[in-house]
Amino acid sequence: MRTPFGSAVLDAACRLLVPFVLIFAVYVIAHGHDSPGGGFQGGTILAAAVILIRLVHGQDAIWGLTRVGALRLACGGVAVFAGIGFLSLLFAGNYLDYGVLPLPLETVKVRVMGTLGIEIGVAMAVTGVLVLIFDALTAWGEED
Amino acid sequence: MKAVTWVVFALAAGVLFYAASDLPRVGDIESPASVHVSPRYIAKSHDETGAPNFVTGVLADYRGYDTLGETTVIFTAGLACLLILGVRLGAGGDDK
Repeated sequence: MRTPFGSAVLDAACRLLVPFVLIFAVYVIAHGHDSPGGGFQGGTILAAAVILIRLVHGQDAIWGLTRVGALRLACGGVAVFAGIGFLSLLFAGNYLDYGVLPLPLETVKVRVMGTLGIEIGVAMAVTGVLVLIFDALTAWGEED
Repeated sequence: MKAVTWVVFALAAGVLFYAASDLPRVGDIESPASVHVSPRYIAKSHDETGAPNFVTGVLADYRGYDTLGETTVIFTAGLACLLILGVRLGAGGDDK
């Protein structure tokens, strides 16, 4: 993706769209509890925003998410998910039993927070993996 | 070698079809899933997980372990893409 296929129209549309796509992604992740949505869907929308920018502006528009950064994000997402599981083990619960986490809330609310935490982990992993696959495909054959 | 592959394939398919004949019919209200776990999810998932949505309650709480597995599968798929395409991570990555 050395050569972007940007033009004035694409650039303007991209500038207009991306903020809303990002907000919608955060909404889908955070509101996944009450409505259809959640980490997988929200992460996909987040990755779509990053990929749109890379399509229009080329690979130089890394936008804070380098190839290594995307891999780190993916690893971090899985680690957040598994880490919340281990955290509940530390507080004498079962693996992924969020109710025991020591937050100053009622048990049910703590479970909601735990669920939100793992949704964020899932979203990070999905975003990282999708951006990583896009980068791997577009970088393929460039290096030799 | 190819014949062996087909024999193994046919045997595995036979075992799976034989086992599938024992599964409850789709939508059977007498099946263990319908008489055992579903009523519990419907009656209690809101009180137990705080999720106003059954799907979230089951996906992220009752079966969180399954979701962890799904996330790991996606992550592994991403790593496999990297390995198959043979992309060097450092090049064009961090140093730009």
